[in-house]
Amino acid sequence: MSTLLDIENLWVRFPTRNGIFDAVRGVSFSLGRERLGIVGESGSGKSMTGRAILRLIRHPGIVEADHINLHGENLLAKSERDMRKVRGEQISMVMQDPKFSLNPVMTIGDQLIEAHRLHAKATKAEARKKALEMLEAVSIRDPERVMGAYPHEMSGGMGQRIMIAMMLIPNPEILIADEPTSALDVSVQGQVLSIMDRLVKERGMGLIFISHDLNLVSQFCDRVLIMYAGRIVEVCDANRLHEAQHPYTRGLLGSLPRFDAPRPRLEVLQRDPSWRDAPSVEGRT
Amino acid sequence: MNAALEINALNVYFGDHGALVHAVKSASLTVAKGASFGLVGESGSGKSTILKAITGLAPQWNGEIKVEGRPLGAKRDRNFYKTVQMVFQDPYASLHPRQSVDQVLSETLYLHGFRDIDDRVNQLLQDVGLGPAFRFRYPHQLSGGQRQRVAIARALAPQPDILLLDEPTSALDVSVQAEILNLLSDLRAAHGLTFVMVSHDLAVVAHMCDQAAVMQHGEILEVLSIDAMRAGQTAHPYTRTLLDASANRVA
Ligand SMILES: Nc1ncnc2c1ncn2[C@@H]1O[C@H](COP(=O)(O)OP(=O)(O)O)[C@@H](O)[C@H]1O
Ligand SMILES: Nc1ncnc2c1ncn2[C@@H]1O[C@H](COP(=O)(O)OP(=O)(O)O)[C@@H](O)[C@H]1O
Ligand SMILES: [Mg+2]
Ligand SMILES: [Mg+2]
Repeated sequence: MSTLLDIENLWVRFPTRNGIFDAVRGVSFSLGRERLGIVGESGSGKSMTGRAILRLIRHPGIVEADHINLHGENLLAKSERDMRKVRGEQISMVMQDPKFSLNPVMTIGDQLIEAHRLHAKATKAEARKKALEMLEAVSIRDPERVMGAYPHEMSGGMGQRIMIAMMLIPNPEILIADEPTSALDVSVQGQVLSIMDRLVKERGMGLIFISHDLNLVSQFCDRVLIMYAGRIVEVCDANRLHEAQHPYTRGLLGSLPRFDAPRPRLEVLQRDPSWRDAPSVEGRT
Repeated sequence: MNAALEINALNVYFGDHGALVHAVKSASLTVAKGASFGLVGESGSGKSTILKAITGLAPQWNGEIKVEGRPLGAKRDRNFYKTVQMVFQDPYASLHPRQSVDQVLSETLYLHGFRDIDDRVNQLLQDVGLGPAFRFRYPHQLSGGQRQRVAIARALAPQPDILLLDEPTSALDVSVQAEILNLLSDLRAAHGLTFVMVSHDLAVVAHMCDQAAVMQHGEILEVLSIDAMRAGQTAHPYTRTLLDASANRVA
C-alpha cells in the first residue's frame, strides 16, 4: 500500500503553571489509502494528534516530531504560507462540531463557493455548479435550498454533511475526521460514514477517523490505533478489534453494555500505571 | 396501586400560536413500582419532553400524568420533588460552577427540610462512591464522571422513589459509563427506586431496563419488553429499523 503520510515520534506539549504537559508523547504511524481509526478515552490525545498533523495546535502548544512526511516531504519544515496550501489542497480536517467550523453569518452556498474559488480559478457560475455537485455528493437531497440557508438552519446531520462537502471541494488526498458522527443519530451516522467510505474507495483518499466509539471503528475502519495517555498502546486490524490483547483495550471493550449479550454488571476498567510508561507502539503497516 | 408512574394521552407543546411545536402526541405508558423503563428513539422524537412534562419543565401539556396514583396538576409542589428527581445528560452544565459539592448537597437537603445535614452529605457522597475528600471541591476540579456522581447524589438527597434519567451517561467515556451504570443499578436495588431512562443507545437501555417505549416524531409507536426487543419481536417496523441501525452502524 502506498504511504501518503508518515509520522515519526510526534509530541504535543503544553506549558502549564505546573510545568510542561505532554498531551501526545512520541507516537509514530503511517497512513495509506485506507481508513485508519484512532480510538481511546477523552484526553488520550486523539484530537491533538489529528490537529498536530496540520500544525493546527494553538499557542502556547508546541508540536515536535522527527518528521511528519506527506509524500516524503516534511510538513514541519514548511513555512506557514505553504502549510496553508497543504491545508487547502492536500489534507482536510472535519471537526467534531460543525457549528463551530462554519461561518454563522454566511449562507452555506456562499461558503462553498468561496472555498472553491480559493482553491481553483473559477468563475462564480462554475464555483456554484461545483458547490451543488458537492452537496449532491454528500447526499443532500435539496441542494438548491441548502445553498441559500444559514448554518443554524441545519440539523446536526445536515451540518456535518455540509462540513464534509466543504472539505471535499479541494479534493484532498487525506481527510482527518475528528468524531464526525458522534453527535448524530445512528441512522444519519450511517449516511455520513458511507460518504467517507466512497471517498476512500473511489478517490483513493486516506482517512484518519478519530472516535471514542470502539464498535463503530471496528465496523468502519481498516486499521485501528488505540491511544492511552498520549501514546499508542496497541495497533490492530479493525475487524479484529474484539480480539485485542492490551488490557486497556480489553477493559474498554468489557465496559460496553452488549445488546446481544446481557450481563448483570459491566466490567470496570482497572488502570495499571505501567500502561502510561510503556513505549508507544508503532502504527505502521 | 402499584404503578409508580402512569401517563395517558399526554400531549406536550412548545412555543405559541405563531410557531407551535407539538412535541409529544397522545403518549401513554405505565411504569410499575420498582421497574426500570426506557425511552428510545432518534433525537427530536420527544423523549426528553416526556420527562420535562413530568417534572414541570414543559408547562404546556394536557392529558393525564399520575405519580404513585395521584394526578399531577399545573404546579409541582415540594412533595412532588420528594418523590420524583431528575438527572440530566450534561454533567458540565447541570452543576453551578461556583458551588462546591458541599454547597450543592447541603442546600438541596436544607430545602427539603432535613436538618442532620452533615451526616447526610457524608452518606450521600458515600452512596455515590465519592470519598469525603470530594466534599469541598468545585465542579472544575471534578471529572465528567465525578460530576455525574454529584448530580446523582443531589437527586438522591430528597430520598425520591422515582429517578428520571435523561441520557445520564451519553457525555461520558465508556469506562466511566460502566461505573455510573453499575452505580445506578446498585442504588436502584438498595433504595427500591423506579427508573425512567432516556437513551439513544439501545445497548444501554437494554442493559438497564426491563421495558421500553419506542418513540418517533413525538409518538410512542410501541412499548415492548427488553426480552422481546432482544428476540426481535417488534410490532412496529420502525423498531426493527432502529434495532438494525444499532447493530450494524455502517449502513
Ligand atoms: N491548551 C491546552 N493546555 C493544556 N492541556 C491541553 C490543552 N489542550 C488540550 N490539552 C490536554 O491534552 C490532552 C489531550 O487532549 P485531546 O487530544 O483533545 O484528547 P482527546 O481528543 O483524545 O479527547 C488532554 O489531557 C487535554 O486536557
Ligand atoms: N424548549 C423548546 N422549544 C421549542 N421546541 C422544543 C423545545 N424543547 C424541545 N423542542 C422540540 O420538541 C421536539 C422533541 O424534543 P426532545 O424531547 O428534546 O427530543 P429527544 O429528547 O427525543 O431528542 C423536537 O422537535 C424539539 O426541537
Ligand atoms: Mg477529541
Ligand atoms: Mg433528549
